[in-house]
Amino acid sequence: MEVTAAKMIGAGIACIGMGGAGVGVGTIFGHYLAAALRNPSAAQGQFGNLIFGFAVTEALGIFSLLIALLLLFAPI
Amino acid sequence: MDPIHQFEIKNFFVLTRIGGHDIAFTNSALYMVIALGVITALMIGATASRALVPGRMQSVAEISYEFVATTLRQSAGSEGMKFFPLVFTLFMFILAVNMLGLIPYAFTVTSHIVITISLAMLVFLTVIIYGFKKNGLKFFKLFVPSGIPIYILPLVTFIEVLSFISRPISHSVRLFANMLAGHITLKVFAAFVTMLGAAGFLGWIGAILPLGLTVALTALEFLVAFLQAYVFAILTCIYINDAIHPGH
Repeated sequence: MEVTAAKMIGAGIACIGMGGAGVGVGTIFGHYLAAALRNPSAAQGQFGNLIFGFAVTEALGIFSLLIALLLLFAPI
Repeated sequence: MDPIHQFEIKNFFVLTRIGGHDIAFTNSALYMVIALGVITALMIGATASRALVPGRMQSVAEISYEFVATTLRQSAGSEGMKFFPLVFTLFMFILAVNMLGLIPYAFTVTSHIVITISLAMLVFLTVIIYGFKKNGLKFFKLFVPSGIPIYILPLVTFIEVLSFISRPISHSVRLFANMLAGHITLKVFAAFVTMLGAAGFLGWIGAILPLGLTVALTALEFLVAFLQAYVFAILTCIYINDAIHPGH
């Protein structure tokens, strides 16, 4: 197989990992919204925690995207 | 049509040469200087009148100050307020360069990992040096959580050490990859417009969809630009809190 084709397939496979991060971010925001609707007065205090959890989860998806971008554009 | 082309570094003029490398004033440096000018104009220029009832620009300056101060006080306590200049500088600088990068044809400074990893290492080394200076060897309690059964303690400690070491990597790659991926996405969708537009009259009608998407994505990118600056600042606050209060 040609190296370029293998790189493109690899980049596509690497992007599958972002699906997991999508599930995680959805879970975080969904649970935050559910909890905020039950107790709106406590919601504002947890906004920092929400963003922190979002950032940590999202980073994992970004890592797999980075692998894909490296495969596509890095001069190896 | 190459979406990576926008991140190219251009030398404007060479300042000096050290060990065969050009130390040049680049477009990256130019946008950092512009960001510095914007922040200075906002923080000093807008608050110069010191009005009791603030005008629009003075309100922006005061709100951004209050915003970072509240975040820092909530996550690191009033003892962490001595790090307020560091956190506020990081937040305003990243916010300014992210926002400037969204102007068409502008250069995004934070889309280069060398910039973001420098900022992340600054935070990382600050935490280590201040942590050891303040707590001495008690700083190692950060890696040994209390209330853990003794037979899984080595495993937990190993994981804590590993997550501590990987902090500067995740801290820098998050900001860098978000800006890089966002700008590449914008360029790819914008390229769809020109591709469809070249296909004739039916293509013009089809080009409306990617054009609208580009506008919507630009709005999303403004949100991401603010959010990533906030995330960088709040993670800095949390890491500083670890240096001040290492016991879990």
